[in-house]
Amino acid sequence: MKCEEVSEGLVAYMDGRASAAERQGIEQHLAVCPACRTRAEEFRAVWNALEAVPAIDPSFGFDARVRQRIAAGPKRRWFEILIPQPRLALSAALLILLTVLVVKLPLSKPVPAPVQASEQDFNVIKNLRVLENYDVVTGMDALSQLAPDDSTQPAKQSSNDGAESND
Amino acid sequence: MARTDVQLMLDVKAGDDASFDFLLQKYRSPLVNFLYRMVRDTATAEDLAQEVFLRVYRARKQYSPSAKFTTWLFRIATNVALNSVRDNRHQKMQVSLDAPIDDDSTPREIPAKQLRVDERMVERDRTVFIRKAIWALPEKQRAAVVLHKYEEMDYAEIAKILECSESALKSLLFRAYENLRVQLAPLVTQPVAYREGERRPS
Repeated sequence: MKCEEVSEGLVAYMDGRASAAERQGIEQHLAVCPACRTRAEEFRAVWNALEAVPAIDPSFGFDARVRQRIAAGPKRRWFEILIPQPRLALSAALLILLTVLVVKLPLSKPVPAPVQASEQDFNVIKNLRVLENYDVVTGMDALSQLAPDDSTQPAKQSSNDGAESND
Repeated sequence: MARTDVQLMLDVKAGDDASFDFLLQKYRSPLVNFLYRMVRDTATAEDLAQEVFLRVYRARKQYSPSAKFTTWLFRIATNVALNSVRDNRHQKMQVSLDAPIDDDSTPREIPAKQLRVDERMVERDRTVFIRKAIWALPEKQRAAVVLHKYEEMDYAEIAKILECSESALKSLLFRAYENLRVQLAPLVTQPVAYREGERRPS
């Protein structure tokens, strides 16, 4: 094995993942090459030094914060405000449809023409008994002439009664 | 019988949030440590780890077990970490080995053993020195070393996460460890030891 080949296989040799044949080839070379042997020993020292670095502990509230962020849902960026949301669009469409229906429905009912209404009224009126006796109608005219005097009469009587009682 | 990670994720996909909690408990520490080694700040590492879990949860409906769960998880984590590193590059152009360590970024380490005060100080300085050497690596080399050394993943899985061939990964790892050997020279340099009969260079 040459020095270059040994360098390529040095990491696998160090972490124990080199095959038996690779390991044997490297060890044979290291036995006769002081430079590669030194490098291999320094690689081993690096490996051990990295091992000495302790792990850190996640903070106590870590899981709770993850759940909080999941519950909060995705953050919306400013430009996403401009993008129509499917639920919002559907709600808006339904609202518009409902408004149109509410406004249009009464108009869609057939409105009776004024002429038809007067004809119906005439049919009712012409059958009324009161119109058969014309004297009643004329009598009503006479009453209407007396109406203003009659309406004031009881008020005058009550005021006179009040005066008498005071005396 | 214990469910595999893939089975747990398929259960999450089917709407079982308890399985997600299980994955969260299992992988929060490896993820926070991976991201801390990538971004050098505990608060950022935690924030990014939460972001990774959030992405996993949101992508649950699209999950298909085409690869190992950890490959998928750490690919998301690597992308999140690399994006964060690139976004913050203008703030932290280079990691100097002489730069003082920020008090805010000092992590809560898991105490390994009881040490005297002076031993603790030496140990702490050594740890900071090694961490800075890792942070000084180019991003992709750093990710490769962290996945290889600390997550103990095999070459095929790391290659999938970093989206490169296995031979390219081996070359990347060699360059990374060679860089670390140079950066950590005060800790690891050894005099060339000649054995009997070996020729010294003239």
